[in-house]
Amino acid sequence: MERLQSPDVRGIAPNPPVLAKGYTYDAITEKISDLSLNPKLTRGWLGGFSIAITLAGCMVVAIIHLLFTGVGIWGNNQPVGWAFDIINFVWWIGIGHAGTLISAILLLLKQNWRTSINRFAEAMTIFAVACAGLYPLLHTGRPWLDYWLFPFPNSMGVQQQFRSPLLWDVFAISTYASVSALYWFVGLIPDLAVLRDRAVKPVARKIYAILALGWRGSAQHWRRYRIAYLVLAGLSTPLVLSVHTIVSFDFAESLIPGWHTTIFPPYFVAGAIYSGFAMVLSLCIPLRKAYGLEGFITARHLNNMAKVMLAMGLVVGYGYAMEAFMAWYSGSPHEMGMFINRTTGPMAWSYWALIACNIVIPQTLWLRRARRSTLWLFIISIVVNVGMWLERFVIIVTSLYRDFIPSSWHTYVPTIWDFAMFFGTIGFFLTLFFLFIRYVPVISIAEMRELSHEVEHGHH
Amino acid sequence: MNENTPKHPIHGLMAEFDTPEQLAAAAERVKNDGYQHYDAYMPFPVEAVEDQMPKRGPYLGWLILIAGLCGMFSGLGLQTYIAVYYFPMNIGGRPNFSWPQFIPITFELSILFAAGTAVFGMILLNGLPRPYHPVFNVDRFERASNDRFFICVESEDPKFDMEKTRDLLASMNPLSLSEVPY
Repeated sequence: MERLQSPDVRGIAPNPPVLAKGYTYDAITEKISDLSLNPKLTRGWLGGFSIAITLAGCMVVAIIHLLFTGVGIWGNNQPVGWAFDIINFVWWIGIGHAGTLISAILLLLKQNWRTSINRFAEAMTIFAVACAGLYPLLHTGRPWLDYWLFPFPNSMGVQQQFRSPLLWDVFAISTYASVSALYWFVGLIPDLAVLRDRAVKPVARKIYAILALGWRGSAQHWRRYRIAYLVLAGLSTPLVLSVHTIVSFDFAESLIPGWHTTIFPPYFVAGAIYSGFAMVLSLCIPLRKAYGLEGFITARHLNNMAKVMLAMGLVVGYGYAMEAFMAWYSGSPHEMGMFINRTTGPMAWSYWALIACNIVIPQTLWLRRARRSTLWLFIISIVVNVGMWLERFVIIVTSLYRDFIPSSWHTYVPTIWDFAMFFGTIGFFLTLFFLFIRYVPVISIAEMRELSHEVEHGHH
Repeated sequence: MNENTPKHPIHGLMAEFDTPEQLAAAAERVKNDGYQHYDAYMPFPVEAVEDQMPKRGPYLGWLILIAGLCGMFSGLGLQTYIAVYYFPMNIGGRPNFSWPQFIPITFELSILFAAGTAVFGMILLNGLPRPYHPVFNVDRFERASNDRFFICVESEDPKFDMEKTRDLLASMNPLSLSEVPY
């Protein structure tokens, strides 16, 4: 693929290179494939995995209790009918979006620094979407009837209302999950062939051979592969924007003050990218440290991701400002009441914590020193993840808990099962991630060789 | 002689190179020599090599487009059929055929069909999954997924000749030259 070669890629400019010097094709293959073929059972992996799977166990318990008892075990009730289930759904979906952004949009924009991080960012997308999908599926109350969400000929005499954003969500999320999984698998095929050729254990060899589909690196195949990959990137780009737009329609198409605004689609998409990049940083900073991948995920990557986060944080900040402005400019007493309540009412702490996490603290990223400090970046990434979770909490809970009729006002308190489910999905996500880093190449081997070829020879 | 019996007892002759540039030069020479059945194998896509391959139709792009359009029409058709004919809902007298509200699902289904076709079309047009292929019989071929670049001139080519083809490949100074058994 013809890619523009910016001079700093070769490490001439003060920017660190996208790939440390001296990595031959063989060294790349060996370094990355070894992580999957000869995984060392380190204390860090084992400890992390145990914590993750314990939390995932909490999720299983929470789901079983939910199935036997019903959604009454959660804290949401009128007027706050949507709470943790939708907060966490939007949070996880948003996290997933950065994976698609990195793998698709940055590919189309010829940003070759994406190569080192796209594989695990895509894995993060799939695992995050899996966590996200659980919430609406369980929130239906009777998840064993969830197939009713899809249109099919039935004897019940009813059909879907296709004008509802909630139904759009069904199609958007299922398409997004399917396309992300396909995209990830296509990227994996050549690397699975690498593992097949290098695996020593017969069982591993067989499994990788089946998954690699007999890939042999034929030039004819590569040509179609690249067409498919590029088309997938082109399709995923509008897809990812549409998915979070549709998620924001769940709110924006309603008539609730605080939800019924036109800024929601772009502001939700920016927020998604913001939290997603934060999650990529939270995952890749420990990962590169633990597995010695500093040569592949260089300071340049961290710096670039920090810049994307800073930019997205400003877009999100614009969204908050517009919400405030429109509340005043609309002249609607309900809008104004909602906004005053959100910023000064009993739950104002959540609003101001959100402003601190998402707007104030990340401004330190203007400083080069902050972007170069992995520790500070890691802290910021956690802060932004918390902030983006609070954003969804603020949007959902503080718009709902003081209804149009003061007699129906009711505060919202999550129960222990809400938390069990929330931390449980974090555990589930991390469990999948720990398994992923153990059995699948965390960086695309084929693309790294291509990058190394480009860096050595310039564009050709 | 049975017509299914291969003309040659081997699949082809394979030469190994160190760099993609050498492979591209080799493929160009094989192409200019008039061969039509040959393939290159490499650990990552190199456009210069792909350009020297015998031309095959650009079917995949068209397939994806057609599938995307199918997705679009099935999405629109599904919603129109249900909302207008099968299960119309009168909500405040609003029109049944409210097509702007059908755009999101139509869009999602177009993407789903097109993306599915891109992936499965690529795999199937490539003739995969195919666990066995003669090129895997060459021991050194393991490095085709690591750091070496191979070209294989296949015996089914009308121009294939054990001696002449071997001479041609040998003249390019390959790292190794092997016969590929079936």
